[in-house]
Amino acid sequence: MTPNAPYDAPDTAGHFGPYGGVFVPEILVPAVRELARAYDEARNDPSFQAQIDGLLRNYVGRPTPLTRADGLSAELGRCRIYLKREDLCHTGAHKVNNTIGQILLARRMGKSRIIAETGAGQHGVATATVCALFGMQCVVYMGSEDIERQHLNVLRMRLLGAEVRPATSGSRTLKDATNEAIRDWVTNVRDTFYIIGSVVGPDPYPRMVRDFHRVIGLETRRQLAEAEGRETPDALVACVGGGSNAIGLFHPFLDDADVACYGVEAAGEGLHGRHAATLTLGTPGVLHGTLSYLLQDEDGQVQIAHSISAGLDYPGVGPEHAFLRDSGRVRYVTATDDEALGGVRLLARTEGIIPALETAHAIAFLPRLVRDLDAEAVVVVNCSGRGDKDMGTLAAHL
Amino acid sequence: MGLFVTGGFPTPDDTPDILRAIDRGGADFIELGMPFSDPLAEGLPIQHASERALAAGASMRTTLRAAAEFRSGSETPLVLMGYLNPVLRYGVQAFFHDAREAGVEGVILPDLPPEEREIVSGPAERHGIDLVHLIAPTTPDERIRMIDEVSTGFVYAVSITGLTGTGLGSVDEVGAYLDRARRLVTRNPLLVGFGIGSADDAARLTRHTDGFIVGSALIREIGAKWNPRTGPDAVTSFVRGLRP
Repeated sequence: MTPNAPYDAPDTAGHFGPYGGVFVPEILVPAVRELARAYDEARNDPSFQAQIDGLLRNYVGRPTPLTRADGLSAELGRCRIYLKREDLCHTGAHKVNNTIGQILLARRMGKSRIIAETGAGQHGVATATVCALFGMQCVVYMGSEDIERQHLNVLRMRLLGAEVRPATSGSRTLKDATNEAIRDWVTNVRDTFYIIGSVVGPDPYPRMVRDFHRVIGLETRRQLAEAEGRETPDALVACVGGGSNAIGLFHPFLDDADVACYGVEAAGEGLHGRHAATLTLGTPGVLHGTLSYLLQDEDGQVQIAHSISAGLDYPGVGPEHAFLRDSGRVRYVTATDDEALGGVRLLARTEGIIPALETAHAIAFLPRLVRDLDAEAVVVVNCSGRGDKDMGTLAAHL
Repeated sequence: MGLFVTGGFPTPDDTPDILRAIDRGGADFIELGMPFSDPLAEGLPIQHASERALAAGASMRTTLRAAAEFRSGSETPLVLMGYLNPVLRYGVQAFFHDAREAGVEGVILPDLPPEEREIVSGPAERHGIDLVHLIAPTTPDERIRMIDEVSTGFVYAVSITGLTGTGLGSVDEVGAYLDRARRLVTRNPLLVGFGIGSADDAARLTRHTDGFIVGSALIREIGAKWNPRTGPDAVTSFVRGLRP
C-alpha cells in the first residue's frame, strides 16, 4: 500500500498483497469463478443494489442507529463513545446484511439449494431466515460442540425450516462445520450455493462479504456527520473472528489515515493458554480456500482455537485482515474470555444493552483504548450482535 | 495402476512395510499421502486415516523418511499427495529439496489450482519434481487444455463430482467426461481416480484413460485388516486383485 494511493485491494485474482487467492479443489474452481463473474455483474447492476437496499430497509430494519453511549463514556471517564447498533438488525446481528446479498445473488444465478456453516449460530440463523423469506432449501453445518452451547439458535434455525447438520470431526466447532460445508459443496456443486458467513474462503467471498457489510461503515459516516459534525471518528473498534463485522465498519474509513482502527481478537484463556488470536499469534497458511494467518503447529496442522464465544472460535481469519495487519493500517489487539464477560456486564449495566459474547470482546478493549486517546476523542464501537443467544453460557459464568 | 496410501497410517512405523507390500502387489506407482488436519476433498476413509496418522505422531518428516526408506529398496515411482498448508509450513524450498532427496518424482496438491501454482512451481522445477494438476467433471474444455499445458508427470482426472471414497454413480456420465478429457489431454498421460474400488471399476474406466488410481478402498482394507505380521500379505493380494 503506497501512502497516498486510494485503498483498492484485492487485485483481480483476489489477492490482498500476498494473502487471499483461490485454494480449492478443482471441482470447485469453475463454481468459484462463475460466482465471481456473477457477483461482478450484479454489483454493477443498479437493480441488484436497489433490491438489496429495499430489503435492508424494509426487512432488516436499516439504517441501524448510532447510539451515543453516555453511560459507558461516563463510566470510562474519557471520550465520546458511540455504538453502531447491528444488534438491532433483524435476527440480532450484522450477519444478515451478507445473507441478504448472497441469497439475491443465488437467485440471480438460478441455484436452488443453499448451504452454510455457522459457529455461534448467528450466520446460520441469518441464512435460514433469508431462505425462509425466499422459499429455498437450506442446510446449515454446525459443530456438535456449538450445537450444545448455542442451542437456542439451533431451535431458531429449525423453526425457520433449515436442516442443521452436526459436524462431529476435529474440534467440532466452526472450523469443522466449514470443512463439512465445503465437502457438501464439492458433492452438490451444480445446484448448490454456499453462503459463507465471513470474509474468508476463496475469492470472491472475502471481497463480496465485505462489500455486503460496508453498509455498516457507510451509515456510520453519515450518522457521525449528523451527530458530531464530522464524518470520521478518532477510532473504530470491532471484534474479529473471521472479521466480517470489523471489515464492514473499517473499510469505508481505510483511506482516512487519521481514523485509527482496532480489531479485537479472542485471547480465550490467555495468550499462553488456549485462544483464538490468529493475527496476534498465528503464522501465514492456507485453510478453507484462502491464504491468511492461521493457528497451526510446526508441522502445518491447523490448531484448535478456543474462545468462550463460538463466533470467534476459529483458527483462521479473513485475508484482508492479514493484509491490513501487515501494513499496520489496522491494529489487532486481544481480550480474554474473562474480559469479554466483563464487557457484557459493563455494557448491560451502563447502557441497558446485553451484547453478544463476540461483541463483548470489543467492549472489553475500551478501558485500555480510552487511556491512550484524547479525552474528547470520538470512538465508534461496532455493537455487532445481541446477547440473548448467549444466556446459557452467561448463566454458567456470571 | 497407482495406489494411494496415507503416510503414517495406521502408524508411521507401518508405512515402509505398507509401501513395500503395495509394490509387491504390482503397483506401477504409489501416491504417498501427507496427512493434514483439514482434508477438504476427502471422504470419511481418508479423513479418518489422516486423523489416525496424526494422532500416531505422523508429520512431514516421518512421511519423507518413509519415502526415502522405500526408495532405497525399490524403483517404483513415488508421488506425494496432500494439502498445501503443511508444504508451506515446511518451507517450499526445503520441501522440494527434501522430497528430491527422498527419491520422490512428483507432487499432487489438490487444493492448489494452476492459477496459484507459482507459490510452489519454481522450487518444484528446480528440484526436477513433477507438479500434477487435477481436472474434474466440472472443468470446462478450455480449462482442461490449460491444465494439460501446465501439469507435469500426468493429469489426474477426478472421476466424479464428489469426495474420495464415494461411489462412481452413472457409468455413462463418467465415461462421457473421460472421453472428453481424453480428447483434450494430449501432452500428459491421463489417469483417473476417486471412487475406484475394484478391478471391475478399473476395467470400466481405463477404457478411457491411461491408468487409474485407487485410494479409499485400500485405506478401508488396511483399516480393517492391518497388523504388522499378516497385514503386508493382505495388502499385496488386495493390490494384485485390482488389476483388471
